Amino acid sequence: MSEPLVRAVNVSKSFGHVEVLRGIDLEVAPGEVVCLLGPSGSGKTTFLRCINHLERIDGGRIWVDGDLIGLAERAGRLHRLTDRQIAEQRRDIGMVFQRFNLFPHMTALENVVEAPVRVRGERRADAERRASALLERVGLGDRLGNFPSQLSGGQQQRVAIARALAMQPKLMLFDEPTSALDPELVGEVLAVMRELAADGTTMIVVTHEVAFAREVADQVVFMDAGVVVERGRPEDVLGNPRHERTRTFLARMRSGGPEQPAPPAAG
Amino acid sequence: MSTPAEPGERPGRIDAVEVRHPWRWVSVAVIAVLVLMLAHLLVTNRAFDWRFTLEAMNQTTVIRGFLIGTLLTTVLAMAVGIVGGVVLAVLRLSENRVLSSVSWVFTWFFRGVPRYVLLGFVGGLGALFGTGLSIGVPFDFLFSAWFGTPELRAVTIGQQTLYDLLGSTILGGIVGLGLSEAAYMAEIARAGILSVDRGQHEAAEALGMSRGLAMRRVVLPQAMRVIVPPTGNEVIAMLKDTSLLVAIPVTAELFYQLGQIGQQTYQVVASNMAAIIYYLIATSILMVGQYFLERRFGRGFGTQAAARPAAAGVSLGVGGAK
Repeated sequence: MSEPLVRAVNVSKSFGHVEVLRGIDLEVAPGEVVCLLGPSGSGKTTFLRCINHLERIDGGRIWVDGDLIGLAERAGRLHRLTDRQIAEQRRDIGMVFQRFNLFPHMTALENVVEAPVRVRGERRADAERRASALLERVGLGDRLGNFPSQLSGGQQQRVAIARALAMQPKLMLFDEPTSALDPELVGEVLAVMRELAADGTTMIVVTHEVAFAREVADQVVFMDAGVVVERGRPEDVLGNPRHERTRTFLARMRSGGPEQPAPPAAG
Repeated sequence: MSTPAEPGERPGRIDAVEVRHPWRWVSVAVIAVLVLMLAHLLVTNRAFDWRFTLEAMNQTTVIRGFLIGTLLTTVLAMAVGIVGGVVLAVLRLSENRVLSSVSWVFTWFFRGVPRYVLLGFVGGLGALFGTGLSIGVPFDFLFSAWFGTPELRAVTIGQQTLYDLLGSTILGGIVGLGLSEAAYMAEIARAGILSVDRGQHEAAEALGMSRGLAMRRVVLPQAMRVIVPPTGNEVIAMLKDTSLLVAIPVTAELFYQLGQIGQQTYQVVASNMAAIIYYLIATSILMVGQYFLERRFGRGFGTQAAARPAAAGVSLGVGGAK
């Protein structure tokens, strides 16, 4: 088996006295799609945000493509990376947020062009060509000049995906990308993600969409209370869960649809 | 004639008598009379010598005072104020306690001191620098007293030059008004930066932007939407506060010059009228500029922002003297 693209070992994280992550391990192979499932407050979003250092971990290590995230080892001691070095590590990790977080003062095209030009120093003309192609690919070729406020939630999320892809990341992180969408708009976003997965993009997806996980994931990780309860192929974890907590969760998802609105700060 | 709908028949078009508003007409009549009285006063009262007003407005010293003391000082003091204010706001929001305290103390001092008093203080500041103002190694005079090392100074501005620059040119006004403005702008910029959603910082950082780049490209342009309207008020207030330059004392300033003319000719009303007209013209132009700035930074925030009529886009705030 090839070297994993993401390797997390014994990751722990507390907010004040609350332990949100208690020793998470995860390995993601290149091209693999991993879905993180679990009830609200289980720590899955926090864990995802640790991978690109939006949250600083207290213990354990995370490697992405061989780089230790947020830390450097010199002369046998660990040193925290500077903001600039962390920014550099983030360039290769795309992230899609629950609430899209598009830049509202820029058009769809400008949103996608911004980082390649300002961060990578790409020529504007080249970046615009690639951005148009990306927006075309997520089905928004006719919306280049629209501001986010003129787009539906589903369209905004697809622009956000194109914006992340424009940096040509090695890894894509999705933080509940469909949770803030009206039910009839969920499908268009999942369709784009399905296509990315089929193209061999390495993805880690925090989601409540059990059907999507079943269909697309190579590995499903079920988390609860800051630990991994169960992991494996989707047909095993979702079809034949071994743990009581997994079973309860899946039963609830089946009866009540997605969980009741996740808190804004999403666990 | 309208009749209630017959049972079984579906009600059709409404043809009702609109509500009458007699008091609106009364108020219109009252206002019309008041406007006529004002027009009559302006045209017939001897104290309004319009020819004299125009003549006063046309004096070289007055025009020079308007251009240098009023307009140029406003522009430069606001430049100092806006740049200083944004820097102070960023410092204030810093996680570094020392930096945020420095910003707080600065704001506390300059907001607390009246501008008239501050300008008088800046005007006499030369008195503090008996040996002039130098750029060099701090405390070099102590080292030279203790160790006999030479004084290490690259550039020195003499005390008399300082007196002249701060005490009789608009530089003193730019320093005094600019620092005072920075304190107000700091609060405005801080409110603007805080108005931008946390998710915007995160989205920028997730794309690998440095904090500075995220601030410049993502946060500040959105903060501007909140910053521009109160800043427009600040510019207008600043324009009017340049009349305080007399505290320094700087004489190349509009109101001082017109005041002199009024005193010498006893045409106080007419010369004050000249000043009022100048301030109104400048303020009106600024309001137009503000409208376009607001439109620029309202980009992408709802369709109403762009289609909003001009009158609503300009905020007519009351900017009192500070």
